[in-house]
Amino acid sequence: MLWVLASLMKIIVAIKQVPERDSPVRIAANAKWIEERDLQWAMNEPDAYALEEALLLKEKSAAADGEVIVVCAGPERVGSTIREALAKGADRGLHILCDDLGSRDALGVAKLLAAAIQPENPDLVLTGLQSEDLGLGQTGVILAELLGLPHATLILHVEKTDSGLNVKRELEEGWFQEIELPLPAVLTMQSGGSKLRYATLMGIKKAKTKEVRVVNAAELGVKAAPVVTLEEIAVPKKQKTTQILAGSPKQAAAALVDKLKTEARVL
Amino acid sequence: MSVLLVLEESGGKIKRASWEALAAAQKLAAPHEIAAVVIGAETGAPAAEAAAKGVGRVVRVEHPLLARYTADGFCAALHQLIQNENPAYVVFPHTYQVRDYAPALACKFGEVFIGDVTAIEDGSTFTRQLMQGRLTGTYRHSGDGPCFVSVQAGAFRLEAADARQAAPAPIAAFRPNIDAAQIRTRPGEAFRAASQTVDLGSAQRIVGVGRGIQSAENLPLVQALAEALSAELAASRPICDNGWLPMERQVGSSGHTVAPRLYLAVGISGAIQHLVGIKGSQCVVAINKDPDAPIFEIADYGIVADLFEVVPALIEALKAAKA
Repeated sequence: MLWVLASLMKIIVAIKQVPERDSPVRIAANAKWIEERDLQWAMNEPDAYALEEALLLKEKSAAADGEVIVVCAGPERVGSTIREALAKGADRGLHILCDDLGSRDALGVAKLLAAAIQPENPDLVLTGLQSEDLGLGQTGVILAELLGLPHATLILHVEKTDSGLNVKRELEEGWFQEIELPLPAVLTMQSGGSKLRYATLMGIKKAKTKEVRVVNAAELGVKAAPVVTLEEIAVPKKQKTTQILAGSPKQAAAALVDKLKTEARVL
Repeated sequence: MSVLLVLEESGGKIKRASWEALAAAQKLAAPHEIAAVVIGAETGAPAAEAAAKGVGRVVRVEHPLLARYTADGFCAALHQLIQNENPAYVVFPHTYQVRDYAPALACKFGEVFIGDVTAIEDGSTFTRQLMQGRLTGTYRHSGDGPCFVSVQAGAFRLEAADARQAAPAPIAAFRPNIDAAQIRTRPGEAFRAASQTVDLGSAQRIVGVGRGIQSAENLPLVQALAEALSAELAASRPICDNGWLPMERQVGSSGHTVAPRLYLAVGISGAIQHLVGIKGSQCVVAINKDPDAPIFEIADYGIVADLFEVVPALIEALKAAKA
C-alpha cells in the first residue's frame, strides 16, 4: 500500500465553538438554553487536542502534500474559532453556516458534518471526545457510522503505520489499550495526549490569507428533524446540604478546622 | 414496555454500574418485561449471575468474534438482537465501552442515544447534565424506534435492583451472524501505566487540586496544605493533562477512585468525571470562588472564596490546632 504512504494524508478535524469555561451561565427566559448574548466563546478543548494531533501527524509525515482541514458548524460567530485553528496551523477551513444548531439532535449535527466531509474524501477524521457545553460525546462515533468508516474513541496518541493507524486508547481507572485500525478512519481524541500549541504572530497573520469556504446548512440537503429534543434546562438540585462557612478567610478557615475536628471528626 | 438491558462485565463478573442500569430499567418496566443481555464468546457465568436478579429473562449473545470488545462486533450483534426483539428501550450503564458503540448502534435505527442520564422523568423524558455539571437538561425522545438510554454511575440505587426472585430467570441463547471481515479494528490487551508510587486508593485524607490553582508555580501552596493535613495530594484531570502533576495522582473516571475520610477539593469545579471518583469520600470540603460550582452540590462544607487567600489561612489554622 505504498500509495497510502506517499499521499499521506488529508486530515479533517471537526471542531465546535463553545462558551468559554468561566463565562457566566444564565438560563434564558424560555428555559430552553442559556443566555448567549454576553458569552465569550472558545474552541472546545477536546477538539483543540484533536487539532493538535492532526498538526503533529502532518508535521511527522514525510509527504509534502499533507493537509489539515477544520470543519465547524454554527452561526457567523464560529468564524473566529475557525481562524484560531488556521492560526495554529490548519491549512483551510470549512464553515457550515447554521443558525439552528441547538435545535438539531446529535444525529442531525453529525449528518451536517458528514455531508460536508464526504466530498473531501479524507484519510482521517479527528474530533474531540465530547463538547464542553452539551457533553453528548457522540458526534465522532455517529460520524463514523454515517461515513461507513471504522472508529476508535478516547484516543491519546496516534501513530501512522504501513497498514493504517496504531492508536492508544484510554480505558477506565488508569488502564489503556492499543488498537490497530485501517484508513480511512474516525478518531475521537481525549485531552492530555499532547501539549497544546499557541498560535504564533506569524500564524495569526498567515491565517488571514487562508481559505475558509462557507456552506449553508440548507445546501447540504440535511433535514433538521430531531428524534431527541432538549426541552428544558435548569440549575441542578443539591444532593447534600452544604454548610457554607462565611466570614474572612481567617474566620472561615478557623471555622472549618473546628467543624472537621468536632463535627465531622476527620482530623 | 419491553426493555433490553445490556450488561457489561469484566473478568466474568458483571460490573456494579450494570446493576445501577437495572435499577433504572425497573423504573421503565416491570421486572418480567426486562431482558438482561450478556455478550461475549462465553457468557455462562455472567448469565447465571444476571438470572438471579430482578429480570424476566436473560439472553446470552455469544459468538467467538465477540471474545474481545470491538465496536463493530458489538454493534453487529446487538443490531440483530434488537431487530429480533423490537424492544421499547435499550438500557446501558454509561461506561467508556458503551460510549464507544451505543451512538453508532442507535444511528443504525435512525435513533439518537440519550447518554449519561441521571434521572427518568417519565417514559420518554430523561435528565442529564450539561455545561460540565453546572446545569441539567431534560431530553425528550420522540422517535418511532427503540429509545436508547445509558445511566450515569451512582445515579440509581443499587439496592432496588437487588431484589432477588424465588427462582432464577430463564436463560436463552442468541447467536448473531458476524463475519470476521466486519470487524475492522484490532484491539490490544489492556495495560496500566508503568510505575505507581502513590496509593490514593487507601489514603485517609486527600487534598485534590483543580484548574483554580492556575499554574504549576502555585502547587507548593496546596502541597503545604496536604502536609499540614497529613494528606496525599491528588488532582483533577486538567492538572495532569498539563503535566503539572503525574497521571498517577489523577482522581476521577479516567483516574483513581478514592474513598478517604476527608476529601478537600481546592479550585475544583466538580465536573462529573471528577465527582464519580470521590463519591466514596466520607466528608467532602470544597474551596472555590464560584458559588455555583457543581462541587458544592456534593460538599459537606464549603468556603466560597479565593483559594489563594483561604489556603494560607487554613494552613495556619491547622498548625494552630495541632499546637
